[in-house]
Amino acid sequence: KKFTDMINEDKRTLELSGHVGFDSLPDQLVSKASAQGFCFNILCVGETGIGKSTLMNTLFNTTFENEEASHYEQKVELRPHTYELQESNVNLKLTVVHTVGFGDQINKEQSYKPILEYIDAQFEKFLEEELKIKRSLFNYHDTRIHICLYFIAPNGHSLKSLDLVTMKKLDSKVNIIPVIAKADTVSRNELEKLKIKVMSELVSNGVQIYQFPTEDEAVAEINSSMNTLLPFAVVGSVDDVKVGNKMVKGRLYPWGSVEVENEKHCDFVKLREMLLRVNMEDLREQTHARHYELYRRCKLEEMGFKDTGTDSQSFSLQQTYEAKRKEFLVELQRKEEEMRQMFVNKVKETEAELKEKEKELHERFEQLKRMHQEEKKNLEEKRRELEEEMNAFNRRKVAAETLMGQALQGCSQQPFKKDKDKKK
Amino acid sequence: DGQIIAYKTEHKYGMQHKHTEHLCLLFFVFQEKQYVGFATLPNQVHRKSVKKGFDFTLMVAGESGMGKSTLVNSLFLTDLYKDRKLLNAEERINQTVEIIKHTVDIEEKGVKLKLTIVDTPGFGDAVNNNECWKPITDYIDQQFEQYFRDESGLNRKNIQDNRVHCCLYFIPPFGHGLRPVDVEFMKALHEKVNIIPLIAKADCLTPNEIKKLKDRIREEIDKFGIKVYQFPECDSDEDEEFKQLDKELKECTPFAVIGSNTVVEARGQRVRGRLYPWGIVEVENQSHCDFVKLRNMLIRSHMHDLKDVTCDVHYENYRAQCIQEMTSKLAQDNRMESPIPILPLSTPDVDTEKLIKMKDEELKRMQEMLNKMQQQMHDKEQ
Repeated sequence: KKFTDMINEDKRTLELSGHVGFDSLPDQLVSKASAQGFCFNILCVGETGIGKSTLMNTLFNTTFENEEASHYEQKVELRPHTYELQESNVNLKLTVVHTVGFGDQINKEQSYKPILEYIDAQFEKFLEEELKIKRSLFNYHDTRIHICLYFIAPNGHSLKSLDLVTMKKLDSKVNIIPVIAKADTVSRNELEKLKIKVMSELVSNGVQIYQFPTEDEAVAEINSSMNTLLPFAVVGSVDDVKVGNKMVKGRLYPWGSVEVENEKHCDFVKLREMLLRVNMEDLREQTHARHYELYRRCKLEEMGFKDTGTDSQSFSLQQTYEAKRKEFLVELQRKEEEMRQMFVNKVKETEAELKEKEKELHERFEQLKRMHQEEKKNLEEKRRELEEEMNAFNRRKVAAETLMGQALQGCSQQPFKKDKDKKK
Repeated sequence: DGQIIAYKTEHKYGMQHKHTEHLCLLFFVFQEKQYVGFATLPNQVHRKSVKKGFDFTLMVAGESGMGKSTLVNSLFLTDLYKDRKLLNAEERINQTVEIIKHTVDIEEKGVKLKLTIVDTPGFGDAVNNNECWKPITDYIDQQFEQYFRDESGLNRKNIQDNRVHCCLYFIPPFGHGLRPVDVEFMKALHEKVNIIPLIAKADCLTPNEIKKLKDRIREEIDKFGIKVYQFPECDSDEDEEFKQLDKELKECTPFAVIGSNTVVEARGQRVRGRLYPWGIVEVENQSHCDFVKLRNMLIRSHMHDLKDVTCDVHYENYRAQCIQEMTSKLAQDNRMESPIPILPLSTPDVDTEKLIKMKDEELKRMQEMLNKMQQQMHDKEQ
């Protein structure tokens, strides 16, 4: 009690009489972080052909390899690619995940599921690492998604039903920034109306998109003004067009050239500014402190962990873990026994069946044998009878012949008729 | 030298113009010879048709927001869609497809056209679009059935033709080609209606991208065996320029279109277009999009051919199928009276069959008797 009292004393601020030097702490932190390298993971969700790969190429001023996707995928798949980028001695491990086949199926009710599962899987991996006994979080490759760019097709009126459903499912798992893709098809007043409509639909359906943070005064002003410009209307291009006497990134049409980096043409510059130059670190922090923590809490609660027990005692994670483990092993053993028992029973059954069949076969064999014997006997009898008949006939024949011979020898005056009758 | 020139009454391109030309020619030839006068038939047909007026039913299909209503307004230079209610994303999650008809009477140079636009709101908008084309195919079949009944009825004075003559299908320009829902829709309808696929909102594609997409779509249409509307071959005696235009038209499909309800100032003129910070897209500029080609094809040259193909091919197929189904049903169930007068059935009915059987048996008996008698005679001789 004395100890805790001491800690809760009022804190005092002291004046320094000279330069101590701990003001270099942020720099130390930064240099350590820079040495380690940074990790950033972007998820691009949008229908096939909407311009996800092109925008990534434009944002990072490089060409990430990506094959053109087909419209005929049966389900939505997520394809992650990891790249190592370097700029001014800062190393960035960038992972870009694209949704392939999103929006192509006729029945899109299950389309959001693979996306959700992917995000959860990354959280799960991190959680596993965190719970390990021997863990190395400092060089763990963090694959958790820091930002989801949701590409809205510029159909002129509002969000699609699929967009609404998907964003609603994802908003509690990841930071979402909606962008209007291929914005060079929307004229200026249509764009204003579209942005207002999209935001109002998101708000009225309770979808929480990422808000640029406004607590830090250094960036509060720019962030709050950007928040009002969402969703960003973007155009991507890696081709150059000639404007004046410069070559800039853009798209050349018969009626004019769209310049990607011209803020009067589209919001690409704003997106790049917000995403990469100002709020990247905040996105990482939010992912870890908010979305991941939420996932972790839900997961652990599922597994039965509590912060305080029924008798107000605080369980240590270790104890609960051990208890769970024992439970699990017992359960496992029981199941094994069950299966073994089942197996033994099955074997017995099959053996019994086989024996039955054997017996049956034997019986039939005996039966057939008997039948065969009988038939043979019958045939023998018949044969004998036939033989007897034949003998009898032969004898008669012989007798008749001798009689005829006798008759012919004996009386030559016999009337002709008799023979005729005899013959008949 | 007095020979009658065979005059073709079915010039589909610029009929009026050609007709007067030929008429003058004929007149010149026949000045002093025997002039019969049936050369004025085309004139008479023309006059009567103007008096009767024309009708055309056009269906538009495609996802919401593809610019269907804007394009229809641009095509017919009128506003057909006043007070339209658009649904929110939430309302569209489980939306079913509706069929909505707008009918207008428009007139140009004395020619009256009763134009019906059949709209299909909700197509492809729900999250689960299984068989979302069924209400559309049902509607087309219903119109065929209605016409079939009317045509077979006793009083055929005022038959209304509500059959769908053409369906414009809007393909989104954001993808790499046809999507499964596009393929399924066109396959469900290609034997019921003339389908003209269009690439919507083409102002988001550069000329190269348009070409690539058109090639890809034509490939996929072949691959999946989809029968879209084919332009009829032009007559062999048309002039070269005409044939060239026709060839270009056919190679341009599917048309990449842009529509606009607003008028902007471009190059000193007021035109229908879309205003962007980087330039102005003119709807009627052929280097910007294929709107003009579509309009010419749909309205100025092929409107009647579309009607003809609907009557002669799609409707006839439906009718033949219908009759076949009916006769096979009637053969099974003889008591049902045919509500529609059709030619005598090819399968004989029960009475006739009985009669035939009886006669057969009699014949057999007589034959047997004959044989017996012959045998007896033969025996007696012996």
